[in-house]
Amino acid sequence: MSGGFDSEQGRLRLDGELTIYQAATAKAELERALSAAPALEIDLAGVTELDTAGLQLLLWSKQEGERRGCTVRLINHSEPVLTVLTLLNVDRALGDPVVLPSRAGN
Amino acid sequence: MNLDQAFQTFLEESRELLADLERILLELEAAPSDTELLNALFRCAHTIKGAAGIFGLDHVVAFTHVVENVLDRLRADELSLDAELAALLLKCRDHIAALIEVPAEAVDEHARQLGNALLTGLSLYQDHSEEHKELAPPPAPRVEASGGGVVGGDTWHISLRFAPDVLAHGMDPISFIRYLGQLGELRYVATVSDALPAGEAFDPEACYLGFEIELRSDADKAAIEGVFEFVRELCQLRILPPRSRLAEYMQLIQDLPEDNARIGEILVASGALTAAELAEGLRLQRDEQPERAPLGEVLVAQGVVQPELVAAALTKQQQSRDRKAQASRYLRVQADKLDRLINLVGELVIASASVALNAGKSGDSDTQEAAAAMSMLVEEIRDSSLQLRMVPIGETFGRFQRVVRDLSAELGKDIALDISGADTELDKTVVEKIADPLTHLVRNACDHGIEAVERRLAAGKPAQGTVRLNAYHESGAIVIEVSDDGGGLDAERIRAKAIERGLLRPDQVLSDQEIYQLIFEPGFSTAATVTNLSGRGVGMDVVKRSIEALRGTVELIAQPGWGTTCRIRLPLTLAIIDGFLTRVGDASYVVPLEMVVECIEFSEDQAENRNYVNLRGEVLPFVRLREHFGADGPSGRRQNIIVVRYAGHKAGLVVDELLGEHQTVIKPLGALFAHLKGLSGSTILGNGRVALILDVPALIGQITSREGSALHGPSSQRGATARVPLLN
Repeated sequence: MSGGFDSEQGRLRLDGELTIYQAATAKAELERALSAAPALEIDLAGVTELDTAGLQLLLWSKQEGERRGCTVRLINHSEPVLTVLTLLNVDRALGDPVVLPSRAGN
Repeated sequence: MNLDQAFQTFLEESRELLADLERILLELEAAPSDTELLNALFRCAHTIKGAAGIFGLDHVVAFTHVVENVLDRLRADELSLDAELAALLLKCRDHIAALIEVPAEAVDEHARQLGNALLTGLSLYQDHSEEHKELAPPPAPRVEASGGGVVGGDTWHISLRFAPDVLAHGMDPISFIRYLGQLGELRYVATVSDALPAGEAFDPEACYLGFEIELRSDADKAAIEGVFEFVRELCQLRILPPRSRLAEYMQLIQDLPEDNARIGEILVASGALTAAELAEGLRLQRDEQPERAPLGEVLVAQGVVQPELVAAALTKQQQSRDRKAQASRYLRVQADKLDRLINLVGELVIASASVALNAGKSGDSDTQEAAAAMSMLVEEIRDSSLQLRMVPIGETFGRFQRVVRDLSAELGKDIALDISGADTELDKTVVEKIADPLTHLVRNACDHGIEAVERRLAAGKPAQGTVRLNAYHESGAIVIEVSDDGGGLDAERIRAKAIERGLLRPDQVLSDQEIYQLIFEPGFSTAATVTNLSGRGVGMDVVKRSIEALRGTVELIAQPGWGTTCRIRLPLTLAIIDGFLTRVGDASYVVPLEMVVECIEFSEDQAENRNYVNLRGEVLPFVRLREHFGADGPSGRRQNIIVVRYAGHKAGLVVDELLGEHQTVIKPLGALFAHLKGLSGSTILGNGRVALILDVPALIGQITSREGSALHGPSSQRGATARVPLLN
């Protein structure tokens, strides 16, 4: 997994796989981003795989943001992310507008 | 907490729940349709079943499940509680109590037969619209179910909760759900993330999620289970087949670990209701603001969910609320920790007495003031730590409802139990030890005290007999009374029996009340005596001994024709007393302060070598402790009489000097001195010396019986213990 945190815009971009193998580093990254900005956008456009651990991380970020008073939004859900979110019906729990992917698949 | 400890807690809690169950059943006899009680009853059984399931006590689960079903129908108003069902349920309670104590393998043939007989009895009350699996314990606890209609439509309902380390084992729950999707159509998957911890507690490599899945599939249960074969050990899997019964869904709702999920979420999570229906319900609730109908009712009214489902979800919420309330009100502490605290407080009392003594010697007023302040605090600590051990006697009394109920059925009498003073508190150790003697007395009262109905009617009494349990505090002691409105005791027959047994000489004259006390003598406890003597005396000597072991006394008051009262007096606590310190010769003696009435000056010429003085026109017998204990050392310039009172008797103790109040920690005397009469223990004074604690009840007994025998002739049975020189 690679990615980048833009503290100016409060945007964290997650790239590559978001699975149990990246969970620890991803958590550290999310943690840092959560404490750095009053609002955080997590850009999921580059996520190629999401497993249970990854999903938990997203759920946790939302919950944690609420706890700390930092608005967390998930944006640009990639197709693999959307598949999981819709399968498990957590899009509602995450509460962010989901932009349906275009036919082209982007 | 290891498993063993957890199991102990389970046992304790189950016993408490079973006690509640019994109490509620008995209360229900008076108010058979009290919804709250019926709900509580169901909850008791349900909690026992759930906890037993956790510990793998399948035999308990199987039996309790059937009981629970019946309780559930009671709760749902499908059955009404009559005396017969109540009796059956009480027996079932006893059976559960017996089952809990033994592992499944150890259930003997007798218990098994009893269990089957009870199940047969219960089957009358089962819902017969369902096929009823008789007698055989269900292979899986939740397969046998009853009540309500079919819900859940044509889909399988699968409930999954994963163990935290499932991810670490390389398993991804999502992939199992995907795989499950290959068996059919995943109609709905609800993700339950309530267990997700906040902040640092969140371990990104642990799994906190659970899933509730609706699956439409032609596969059989084994195939669905097969999907989860690799994670069998790492997840809790519950599968409900299509067209499951309502009770099974209710069970599921109860079993779900999430405790504070709102009712709507629970219903959505269990698949009984979709989010859209929930939203509709919420909207309606908002619209009907003025009446503020509960969400559950709104949903039912809309025909969205069955009432039973709402009730189950509500019960669940109530339970988690109850648990929280309970947790804040009570703290479970190990008894030995408490004992250790009390021991330490005892030592503290001694140490503080020593400080006060030295402060007094030093003559420094600041030190004295500080010591006095400390003494006061120590006293408060002592009181509140002793208070920790105090429990109301009501719980013990409550048990007798059942005893009396069963006995009256057994004996064919109509007996009511009347309880008063249930709030009276006393030491937990005492409560535990008093239960057996009390049972004995209550049984006696029912069996031999209350007469048969015809005799009662003939005597002009109401047909229903009453056994009364009463408790109250009286001068540092707790008094417990067991009384009945039966025929009382026949003094003449007891007297005749006592003479026959050699307990009494024919020429001895005793008052009726004194004669009644004879039934506490060991000679009266044989079977032959029981039948000849219209009963009384079954093991009464055992009762007396157990009460005396608690430094208590017991007496019998009878009114021929109108009943008998057995009055037990017990010290409030076994550990610490307020004492009155006195000096006799070189030795110090402590008199329990609560028994001291007053102190008067004593002059030899006033007594004129008699053993009694005139106390404001009253004859006060006394004993000279100097002679009694054979004490040496200087006698006081002015001797004093301490007037003590116990159980209605007054007597005087002549001492050399009064030293004032003293908090006393009772240290038991060694086994060597166990036979000594007149002393109940020892204590250590601030200066390190030992003081002996006087056993006032025994001394009074000796003095009064001495006076009695002086009046009525030499050496009655009880007088034989008097005048034994104790310490030489």
